[in-house]
Amino acid sequence: MVEKIRAWWGGWPLGQLAFLLAVGALGALFIANVLETMARIGILPGFGFLSSSANFEIGESPIAFRAGDTYRRAILAGLLNTLKVSLLGCVLATILGVAVGIAGLSRNLLLSRLVRWFIEITRNTPLLLQLFFWMALAKALPAPRQASALFGSVFLTNRGVYIPSLSLEGGPFGLAAALVLTGLASLAFILVLRAAGRLTRRSGTFAVMLALAAPLAFLVLSGARPAAELPALSGFNIRGGLNLSPEFAALLTGLVVKFAALIAEIVRAGIQSVGTGQWEAARALGLHDGQIIRLVVLPQALRVITPLTTSSYLDLTKDSSLAVAIGFPDLVSIVNTTANTTGQSLEALIILIGAFLTINLALSVLMNVYNNRVALRGSRR
Amino acid sequence: MIVHKTLRLAIRSAAAAAFLATTMLSGLAHAGPTLDKINQRGAIKVGVGTTPGFFAPDSNGKWQGFFIDFGRALSIAVFGTPDKVEFTSSSPQQRLPALQSGEFDILLSGVTVTTTRAFKLGFHFGPTVFYDGQGILVRKDLGVTKAADLDGATIGAQSGTTGELNVADFFRKTGKTFTPVTIEDTGQFIDALESGRVDAITQDSSDLVGKRTQLKKPDDYVLLPERLSKEPLAPAIAGGDDRWLELVNWTVNATIQAEEWGITSANVDEFLKSEDPAIQRFLGVDPSFANDIGLDPKWAYTIIKTVGNYGEVFERHLKPLGWERGYNSLWTDGGLLYSPPFR
Repeated sequence: MVEKIRAWWGGWPLGQLAFLLAVGALGALFIANVLETMARIGILPGFGFLSSSANFEIGESPIAFRAGDTYRRAILAGLLNTLKVSLLGCVLATILGVAVGIAGLSRNLLLSRLVRWFIEITRNTPLLLQLFFWMALAKALPAPRQASALFGSVFLTNRGVYIPSLSLEGGPFGLAAALVLTGLASLAFILVLRAAGRLTRRSGTFAVMLALAAPLAFLVLSGARPAAELPALSGFNIRGGLNLSPEFAALLTGLVVKFAALIAEIVRAGIQSVGTGQWEAARALGLHDGQIIRLVVLPQALRVITPLTTSSYLDLTKDSSLAVAIGFPDLVSIVNTTANTTGQSLEALIILIGAFLTINLALSVLMNVYNNRVALRGSRR
Repeated sequence: MIVHKTLRLAIRSAAAAAFLATTMLSGLAHAGPTLDKINQRGAIKVGVGTTPGFFAPDSNGKWQGFFIDFGRALSIAVFGTPDKVEFTSSSPQQRLPALQSGEFDILLSGVTVTTTRAFKLGFHFGPTVFYDGQGILVRKDLGVTKAADLDGATIGAQSGTTGELNVADFFRKTGKTFTPVTIEDTGQFIDALESGRVDAITQDSSDLVGKRTQLKKPDDYVLLPERLSKEPLAPAIAGGDDRWLELVNWTVNATIQAEEWGITSANVDEFLKSEDPAIQRFLGVDPSFANDIGLDPKWAYTIIKTVGNYGEVFERHLKPLGWERGYNSLWTDGGLLYSPPFR
């Protein structure tokens, strides 16, 4: 403790103190000025506006939202939209990125050259430009009234892709409960086995099968039957079924493609950082290329890959805010509208900063936990 | 074009940050009233939009348009010449914070006068220079003739405008539903209608008439007759500077008053010989009036001579786009334009 304080204090304690005071004074001055300026132009600071009703509609939202609901709910809808696209983006970009990164190291010249071109083009063009490109592609599909159905009920239109949706008639809440319960039960089963050191492929598979079979049995017994809802043209739009909006699709595609290229480069760097001796040794043991990558190289490469990928994930989350340009109602878009209709720009900025800081710090913590695990692997002597 | 958009987006994000920084710093300098700043700088900073007819740079990069002319008139009122004014285009999203932070002295960008903006945002508004209403632009072949036919439609709105709120109000009131698509980028906004991503777009009808000219086949689209709202467009300034507000008020009033008297840029010199004492005061033939209010005696004369009266400004910029005077006629012609007396 004393050591820490001394280290912090450094060789020039007075200088440190003066610097700290100066920073504090500057901060206080800023805050005082903000308040004074707001008072002068008649803006009441505060977050009270969050409870008043937002009189705008939101195009797509994971939670039900109508004009007249509160700003708090509107911002929550935006936040969920941002989380949805960021989370899916991170997962898909990782899968594509690892595949592309490994393909880039292939001895097949055609494949590795193609990958190189893909990476150079996506890395060296602005993301906004790419979003406009994907958006233009999405909008080049026919309008709903002109669209013909594929396989009877799949519609590819400039309003989005419509596919039949499966829903359950009778006892959907029971299903959710059954899913959660069996999920927890099989997780507990796996953990217990693991603690006892008896987790094998067979017992693990058994747990998963249990998780799948139990809800199905429950459903059949409770009399719920799956029902398909087919999309069909009615009025201006196609209704029914599941709809993937072009804005969401364009944003997700843009983020995935751009960050897959970045992650591919990271994966390449990671793999190349593993000494050739490791490859030779593995080959001498008779492993084939796939096994070498999976069992020998990737575990070591992860030490290099993980921290860099973390920063890609953070960038991806932040870049999802470009959604506002193509019309996807993400957090930034909705907070902007809120600021504009209430005039509480400063509060809106604080909400934005707070939200992104929270998301990104949480992501960092998770990734650091993972990093600590992979960093140890292979370096233990 | 794309580079320009990217740049604009970058600037927009920077502006949000700059707003924070400038509100913090503007208190430090304790700058006097806006007019002091303008005189020191030697130019008026005006925030404008980008709708043809209302504000758009011409092929020489010189700003032209209905609102631009009022900016030039202000420059005459302050400096006696129409050129000491800097126009900067600003998106609907960033213009209000930019005005609050002092980036602009005035917004002549088609800002709608609203209660919230006056009370909560602390803006002051000059006289309404254009009486507008929110309209809906649809593709003709949809067969839609009135807004009520749009039940269940997908409608585009530009984010940061009152349009987003009015269309929600309209559909709530009529018990119908719609799906909004809110886009900030103007190019993408127009493209959404053209590509059929949305069935209709909604915006102040002044703006829609301008945007219609930017479509590849303007004749395939029609502006529905309804107006979803009243949109009085007026100059907006930051609160706390009465003299600047009065200067804005009376500059606009001068153009309206001149039209009422029949004074135009062509005949203003003949009016110098008028026997009417009110006109003599107005044109500075009798300099005591202007001197009393602290302006150059020739201020109104120069405005009319250089920019023209309200009717001339309207004819020059909006007639070619097919605008009728309508509500924007003088009160003597059954319109809403009315200047308080110059005395």
